[in-house]
Amino acid sequence: MTPIFYLLAAVTLAGGLAAVLFKHLVHCALAVTVAFAGLALLFLQLDAQFAGFAQILVYIGAVAILIVFAILLTRGADLPKHGVFSGSWPLGLIIAAAVFAVIGWAVLASVSAIPQQNAVPSVSVHDIGMALVGRYVLPLEILALLLTAATIGAVIVAMHEKARPQ
Amino acid sequence: MIATPGSANPFFVNLDQIFILLRSWLVGFLPAGLQPAAGVLLGVIAIVCVFPGLFALTTVFERKGLGRIQNRIGPNRVGPYGLFQPIADGIKSLTKEDIVPLSANAAVHFLAPLALVVTVFMGFAVLPMGRNMVLVDMDSGLLFFFAMGAATELSVFMAGWSSRNKYSLLGAMRAVAQMISYEVVLLLSSVAVVMITGSLSLPKIVAAQNTYTGIFPHWYIFTPWGLAGFVMYAIAATAETNRSPFDLPEGESELVAGYHTEYSGFKFALFFLGEYLAMFSISGLGTTLFLGGWSAPLSFLQFIPSWIWFFGKVMMSIFVFIWMRGTLPRLRQDQLMNFAWKFVLPYTLLNLLVTALWRFMGEGWQRWVVCTIILAAAYIFMGRLGMRGEHFGRRSYRYAE
Amino acid sequence: MTTPLAGYLLVAALLFAIGLGGALVRRNAILVLIGIELMLNAANLNLIAFWRYGPHPEALTGMIFAIFSIAVAAAEAAVGLGLVIAIYRHTNTAELDKIDRMKG
Repeated sequence: MTPIFYLLAAVTLAGGLAAVLFKHLVHCALAVTVAFAGLALLFLQLDAQFAGFAQILVYIGAVAILIVFAILLTRGADLPKHGVFSGSWPLGLIIAAAVFAVIGWAVLASVSAIPQQNAVPSVSVHDIGMALVGRYVLPLEILALLLTAATIGAVIVAMHEKARPQ
Repeated sequence: MIATPGSANPFFVNLDQIFILLRSWLVGFLPAGLQPAAGVLLGVIAIVCVFPGLFALTTVFERKGLGRIQNRIGPNRVGPYGLFQPIADGIKSLTKEDIVPLSANAAVHFLAPLALVVTVFMGFAVLPMGRNMVLVDMDSGLLFFFAMGAATELSVFMAGWSSRNKYSLLGAMRAVAQMISYEVVLLLSSVAVVMITGSLSLPKIVAAQNTYTGIFPHWYIFTPWGLAGFVMYAIAATAETNRSPFDLPEGESELVAGYHTEYSGFKFALFFLGEYLAMFSISGLGTTLFLGGWSAPLSFLQFIPSWIWFFGKVMMSIFVFIWMRGTLPRLRQDQLMNFAWKFVLPYTLLNLLVTALWRFMGEGWQRWVVCTIILAAAYIFMGRLGMRGEHFGRRSYRYAE
Repeated sequence: MTTPLAGYLLVAALLFAIGLGGALVRRNAILVLIGIELMLNAANLNLIAFWRYGPHPEALTGMIFAIFSIAVAAAEAAVGLGLVIAIYRHTNTAELDKIDRMKG
């Protein structure tokens, strides 16, 4: 394993861990941004440039800001009185550890069946464009519909209610 | 992809490529294994030296320009015509005390200007500043540029929130809301250019505009959809960089200094640098997409080096920014957001449709007439529609909850 | 030496477990959403890793799947956070322990 991979993996996992462990919500949001950035760099390491830049543009540029706005609009900056972890936190920890154990065992047990690395695939933006409007045009149109519905839905859900006449 | 030289005269070809030749001469001193890395490093050093130098020049330019627009002289004490003013400003900001508020979040407060300057500098890596003079020729260069632009928004929020100051937080929230809204417009107006060129790579977009019919170039601004796209891009660029008339987030008379209220000394200088570098970078992208990048405006002027044209066009855009700042009044936050979502964005979407129509109508005078009529009619109609709802009745108050 | 696929898969599995743990353990609704985003990101990493090491990377299936997943995750984050804001306006809290009634 290359040193760059170790560094990026460490950054991503540290960001993720910090995001779920910190007490102050805005710190969690900034830590998850670091995790997103680490993942974008891992995508670039895997020769998926378009996915890496799209990850930065969408996750860091939009989702992280959305999370931060939601934290500020719901007064998340005030710490709750009873602590930040819910009462049943050992159970959650055990479930997460069990899930990791199962997936990790599956990966390590099938190491021999995992294929070796290919040569670097030459994927250009032109190919992605042709694939999107050629083979994957139906998912693209459904995605457009989904995004429109999500935009309208989010606006309606989060809108101030109009004062009802009494 | 090596671009063909503009003129046949070898002296002018060498002048055009002088920085490339200089770089390969310097790199030739190193062993062959280190040469690619050294070449990139030299390019990075050049960018890090040239653009802050231009920033220094622009601060003087701006203050003198604003002064003249406001019927006063501007700084004229330090050096001839005040040209050494940036040196004085630099020394001042480096030696000022760095005050961090006691209850501020020290780590985030420290990282915010760093994050801003780093992401803004990364955007310069894909701009083609002259023939063959792009630092990294990425296949998805435009997407990389916008990804770096999106990352700057988070640093603005970090600065405002970490200062533990209501003015800072309010300024930061307003700035981020404004930047997100106009980011969509920026992206959509660039998509029109990408549609016609067929590539996200910025050198290819410039090469597509570098052709001439007679003496006139094929810059995209000279087409109806290009002009509409450029105007929308310019509006969005002014809003993205928080320049007047969209500078409410840092409006001196409303919010002290907005999200960089609590910053002093070198960190404030970094924010200032970041803002001007963002202006350069977005002007650079605008010239690449719409104004033909490094190509000459008339075909017989091609002997002038390409990098002079690029920087000339960027400085013209900066001049227009300064001009707008001195002339137009500030927009209120709700007016700004209304403008973005109710006029600029629908018009940009229409521009996208008109671009597709342009592409598929084929060569000829018909597409010019049809596209111009559609865009002009839509502009007049939407403008009238936007003005119709303005009635100034009783003032209503809404109190903060 | 190149990184084996198992390295990427283990990182993705660990990130998924961290996201799942975060969603199960924290009180605040927004942190549950952060956990969900981490899980989606881990799945994206899996997709891209399998695309890269798979037999036909030129078919672009994995990359397109990951791009769609990024877009859908953004839409879902928007709607989810809109819901959290609406619930906060109604019940004045964003802690999941307190939002345990259907009656408004």
